[in-house]
Amino acid sequence: MWTIGPRRAPRDAVRRQPVVRPQGDPYGPVIPERDADTAPRVDDHCGLRHYLRIVTVIATESLSKRFPRVTALDRLSVDVGPGVTGLVGANGAGKSTLIKILLGLSPATEGRAEVLGLDVATKGGDIRERVGYMPEHDCLPPDVSATEFVVHMARMSGLPPTAARERTADTLRHVGLYEERYRPIGGYSTGMKQRVKLAQALVHDPQLVFLDEPTNGLDPVGRDEMLGLIRRIHTDFGISVLVTSHLLGELERTCDHVVVVDGGKLLRSSSTTDFTQSTAILAIEVTDTDEHPDGTRAVRDVLHARGIDTHDGSGLPGAGHILLLTAEGEETYDVVRDVVADLGLGLVRMEQRRHHISEVFKDSDEQALQGGDEQRKEAVGHGG
Amino acid sequence: MAVEQPPAQTSAQATAPARPGEQTRIHNIGYRNYDGPRLGRAYARRSLYSQSLRGAYGLGRSVKSKVLPMLLFVVMCVPALIMVAVAVATKAKDLPVDYTSYAVIMQAVIGLYVASQGPQSVSRDLRFKTVPLYFSRPIETADYVRAKYAALASALFMLTAAPLLVLYVGALLAKLDFSDQTKGFAQGLVSVALLSLLFAGIGLVISAVTPRRGFGIAAVIAVLTISYGAVSTVQAIAHSQDSTSAIPWLGLFSPITLIDGVQTAFLGASSSYPGEVGPSSGQGVVFLLVTLGLIAGCYGLLMRRYRKVGL
Ligand SMILES: Nc1ncnc2c1ncn2[C@@H]1O[C@H](COP(=O)(O)OP(=O)(O)OP(=O)(O)O)[C@@H](O)[C@H]1O
Ligand SMILES: [Mg+2]
Repeated sequence: MWTIGPRRAPRDAVRRQPVVRPQGDPYGPVIPERDADTAPRVDDHCGLRHYLRIVTVIATESLSKRFPRVTALDRLSVDVGPGVTGLVGANGAGKSTLIKILLGLSPATEGRAEVLGLDVATKGGDIRERVGYMPEHDCLPPDVSATEFVVHMARMSGLPPTAARERTADTLRHVGLYEERYRPIGGYSTGMKQRVKLAQALVHDPQLVFLDEPTNGLDPVGRDEMLGLIRRIHTDFGISVLVTSHLLGELERTCDHVVVVDGGKLLRSSSTTDFTQSTAILAIEVTDTDEHPDGTRAVRDVLHARGIDTHDGSGLPGAGHILLLTAEGEETYDVVRDVVADLGLGLVRMEQRRHHISEVFKDSDEQALQGGDEQRKEAVGHGG
Repeated sequence: MAVEQPPAQTSAQATAPARPGEQTRIHNIGYRNYDGPRLGRAYARRSLYSQSLRGAYGLGRSVKSKVLPMLLFVVMCVPALIMVAVAVATKAKDLPVDYTSYAVIMQAVIGLYVASQGPQSVSRDLRFKTVPLYFSRPIETADYVRAKYAALASALFMLTAAPLLVLYVGALLAKLDFSDQTKGFAQGLVSVALLSLLFAGIGLVISAVTPRRGFGIAAVIAVLTISYGAVSTVQAIAHSQDSTSAIPWLGLFSPITLIDGVQTAFLGASSSYPGEVGPSSGQGVVFLLVTLGLIAGCYGLLMRRYRKVGL
């Protein structure tokens, strides 16, 4: 199905929505183009995503890429909406090939693709003006500073000199590079280099970025920081993200949507939020009081009495003080809040835990892609 | 509700209503969208040109990388200054060298400059894989190649035209004949412009196929000096054996003798070939065509090379 929807609404109007939304009017100003959309809201807490969900950012239709020896992409049809989308696949699955086609740099053997509503075969230049790209390999000259390099890349994207300098300073700060940005890149750690690579992809304020294996070569801490940063690219900067990885596990915390490819074929395309929405795990932690020296236990007993099963969070940090329970819907939150209040305890935290994607896909047919945790351990081994 | 929609703004003053669950949105304030102009391909190509041209003299790069190009520039100009000083002091009737001979005399310096700055300009992008970043932006292969080619050719033109300018200004100060000097200066400029295009093309093609910078430098020097050495040796042998008719044709086979041939035929230069047997105007047409063909060929080869690089 070819589903490039209506032309997207002016981007900045969409982006600014959450910032200026007045308290009494959760849906913001009426914009006829959008308000025609009557799809049910999955994520009530975030109007931005709701609005963005109605447009398709990337659409491919029966897209194939054949090299003389291998078929890198095999009739891939997938639609990607706004937000953070993970593109997961083993080495050689065709992830980088897909990105090159989407940038309009490598012609597809057959099929079609559109990015931001623009055909990759004919509108490559327009697409590249609106998107950012972070390659998987090293791409930084060692003898210039991060600032000089990113300024130059900003100008290559068409930013006037002054704007290029201002946005470089802003972007480097956003990716977490401060004083070191005046030093030659040659002396940077891998983590800092990855940040510079990310900054050059973001400096021209694109509508969409392609991040090809941004966590490659990072240690566990650096990996978490990078994933957090990727999340912010969407939530804070309003830029949609397509991020590739061969680690299924690491994308579950970061992505709204995951596309799994294997051998150039689409294995799965599913939304992580939609899934976790139906069976969210709720983690709660309460304080103890004189009256209830073991507050956790008191809450558990009351909840049991009300017919709500809990698990202790054994194996998790702070086990013994954390209760896990399955949220059936909004009511569960209310019940927990009331129970804790009735007991006179303080609620330290109540947070929703997503399932691992490995669980999401557990029953599916792929053997090639094992659980995220296993691979994560492996990656940690390599990173050390 | 009577609350007015606040004007859309992205600056730090945009205060989001602090509601529970909106903490994440507070970060939003720090990010500013870019609403300004995007100047597109032609601007990007110009930016790449000026960055590369500056880079060819080490500007915007480390102090270390300024040393060699600046030094070569000075070495290129000092003889001209001395000649001018002598001409003014001795009230000479003519400059000691022709405008068109200067580059030929100083060819070693020019060769060194091409060998050092050609690889600097393109090998770095290839070696550090920066090229894909350029092509992930609106510019295309042709933009990149043209910007790089034009930048190195301009840098070479500055290097070769600056001493001619010194000579010209000096000649006017020494009150030499204005129209003679202007004509000679103009001919010299045309000659070094051709030379700059040819040398830049050769230097870039060699650099673009040798991503290792050291090899690139060696290869450029080798091509320029070995070809010149071979051509002038064979010409000398031909001269000593009185087969003068072969001498001009031999000049086709090295860059600097090619330029020498063109300017002998069309730009009033006296040939630096052995016995001053330069090409006639008829032969000169061949020289000019070969020169232009080489320039076009270098451009074509560069295009092919970068089309293959892609991402
Ligand atoms: N230019 C090319 N010529 C020939 N084969 C290619 C070319 N580019 C990619 N391939 C092949 O296409 C397949 C997919 O490659 P691709 O780089 O897209 O995989 P990937 O998913 O990005 O893998 P990785 O995780 O290792 O980066 C591989 O088998 C690769 O060898
Ligand atoms: Mg790849």
